Amino acid sequence: MFENLTTRLGNLFDRLRRRGALTEADVDAALREIRVALLEADVALPVVRDFVQSVRERAVGHEVVRSVTPGQMVVKIVHDRLVELLGGAHAELRLGSPPAVVLMVGLQGSGKTTTTAKLARFVQQKLRRRVLVASLDVRRPAAREQLATLARQAEVASLPILEGEDALLIARRALDAARRGGFDVLFLDTAGRLHVDEELMAELVAVRDLARPAEILLVADALTGQDAVNVARTFDERVGITGIVLTRLDGDARGGAALSMRAVTGKPIKFVGVGEKLEALQPFHPERMAARILDMGDVVSLVEKAAEVVDREQAEKMARKLAKGRFDLSDLKSQLEQMRRMGGMGGILAQLPGMGKIRQQLAEAKLDEKMIIRQCAIIDSMTPEERRHPEIIHASRKRRIARGSGTTVQDVNRLLKQHRQLQDMLKRVQKAGGLKGLLGRGLPPGLLPR
Amino acid sequence: MSEPKRGFWQRLRAGLARSSSALKATIGSIVRRRRLDQALLDELEEALILADLGVEVAQELVEGLRRERFGREVSEEEVRTLLATHIARILEPVAQPLPERPQHRPRTILVAGVNGVGKTTTIGKLAAAMRRQGKRVILAACDTFRAAAVEQLAIWGERSGCPVVTGAAGADPAGLAYEALQRARREGYDELLIDTAGRLQNRRELMEELAKIVRVLRKLDPSAPQDVLLVLDATTGQNAHSQMTIFREMVDVTGLVVTKLDGTAKGGVVVALARRFGLPVHAIGVGEDIEDLRPFDPEAFARALLGLEETVF
Repeated sequence: MFENLTTRLGNLFDRLRRRGALTEADVDAALREIRVALLEADVALPVVRDFVQSVRERAVGHEVVRSVTPGQMVVKIVHDRLVELLGGAHAELRLGSPPAVVLMVGLQGSGKTTTTAKLARFVQQKLRRRVLVASLDVRRPAAREQLATLARQAEVASLPILEGEDALLIARRALDAARRGGFDVLFLDTAGRLHVDEELMAELVAVRDLARPAEILLVADALTGQDAVNVARTFDERVGITGIVLTRLDGDARGGAALSMRAVTGKPIKFVGVGEKLEALQPFHPERMAARILDMGDVVSLVEKAAEVVDREQAEKMARKLAKGRFDLSDLKSQLEQMRRMGGMGGILAQLPGMGKIRQQLAEAKLDEKMIIRQCAIIDSMTPEERRHPEIIHASRKRRIARGSGTTVQDVNRLLKQHRQLQDMLKRVQKAGGLKGLLGRGLPPGLLPR
Repeated sequence: MSEPKRGFWQRLRAGLARSSSALKATIGSIVRRRRLDQALLDELEEALILADLGVEVAQELVEGLRRERFGREVSEEEVRTLLATHIARILEPVAQPLPERPQHRPRTILVAGVNGVGKTTTIGKLAAAMRRQGKRVILAACDTFRAAAVEQLAIWGERSGCPVVTGAAGADPAGLAYEALQRARREGYDELLIDTAGRLQNRRELMEELAKIVRVLRKLDPSAPQDVLLVLDATTGQNAHSQMTIFREMVDVTGLVVTKLDGTAKGGVVVALARRFGLPVHAIGVGEDIEDLRPFDPEAFARALLGLEETVF
């Protein structure tokens, strides 16, 4: 249902290419595609409108029309503009004189409590400050216990829970405890509230006036739709936020809400949540977010993720082999296994740029985890000698391998063919000078199972 | 850059200050009394997109308007009512209450969804509603991952007067579900509600864990779980499509509960989901109190979405 922008524009410009220069009408057609792509990424409409206008001003000029690859050029302009709008360098936390208060606000279920614990851990471990956390959420059942438990896991201090206090009383007690205990930073987690709930918003204002926070962070869900602008605007108008933390970026939402919220408030996105574990918090990177919104993939994140999964030593060994142009079946197997660990082909491809078409092919080909498992089984049924020198695998060996792995000779053939093609591809990569040259061309057709 | 950065931001903010959350203001400003031309249709389409209906459904609805009224003079009220009627027509087939299944004792309901959508709260409300009908209800706290999730469900259990089957933190949710179903059968409960940990649908290993709960339940009762509810946050955007697709694939979702519909008109993505999947919407959550679970009323929902009524209940 959702094509990525690169595919959309690719198709559009493929049709146009034969005609030579692009007209203004062609650019308009491209901008319509961009508009839809952004809307499908949940960027709020008013933001989209202004964005498309600003891109048009750049594109209609000369950059695109004279370019040889107008599709790529438009995507580049859109991407660059997005990065600009998402904000420049990473914005640090501003923690003033101790105890510096950080007030966490947001809708219900946006991930405030988890984010509070993650940030508290980050500040204590990375910034080396003494941290106290306190939950002012007396509404959601067991919300305060949740923060206390998470604080214990994060090894930060939390304010003891007393029954019968309201949010303001707890805030006062927390401030007091932070001062007496010599804490540098106090995190105040608040109850989730709808931005239209007047009573609760007033309570938040009262807490703010009492605690005089150095940072007021709006915790917002990357899955949010068009309403993101209203949420961000209302919280900013009523309480005055200083920054945004975007959660659930480990999901597959494109996260257009990031752009919307940045645009309406002008406040920086300071961190992103990328998982349920307490260390799953990262600084915000505008380029990655832009690529994600455009579904252009996220090469940097992929490389980082790969670095976590891939055994470093093994990776270096692999790199040396590749440099020599050698890539045997054992290497293929360890690649396949890494693929599985990284979340399967879909997971990897979602993060690679320009993969729209290939991803479609894969979806059609039903290349899934099971297939990877089967291929590993085939390789497992080979002798070490066969893995090193696949060219010795002839008919009777193929039959044996197929029997051993519960597959057919055709499956074995297919795997061997894939391996040959991978080898060819690697040689090409070496010639083209890296991954870029490869991705321009896409996967060789034979790599996909029929 | 063609203009100074600040100029852009100021313009943008000023522009946004004029737009409003509900379609009401948007459509109101578009349609006073004017000819229904292409420009107006475009603006209406945008207004629908603003309500999270998605590009496809928005286009379809506007196409309908074009067929019926193109070139004619229209009023604001008229356009809104027309759109509401079309939307209600899309929603009517999916507005079905959670079915009674007296032939299954206990009937098992598995409640799933991404993090923070309100699964536990929904179970609390659902349990209370069933208790009011005089049913015997037991809850299973199979979110053994999130801190204090068990305590949260336990409090709802207390409020609604239902026992809660719990395990240690980090316990295997499938094993716990199995235990809960055993106990529900042994002690003759009518309904078993299983709370699960929130999970993002692209986290394969977590989705496998959910599928395992279903597999294990079926060892005791091949027809369990009789209902699998996907809880959906009304503020969710187009990602709801992905949630629906994958959850359905993994655990065979039988119906939806849409939460956080209190306050502003939102939840337009429900229309797109109804169009594409046609799965029943059993109930909507409209607040944090125990009674705040309501039947899904397509007409009221559509009218609220279009700003013809203030709220959906």
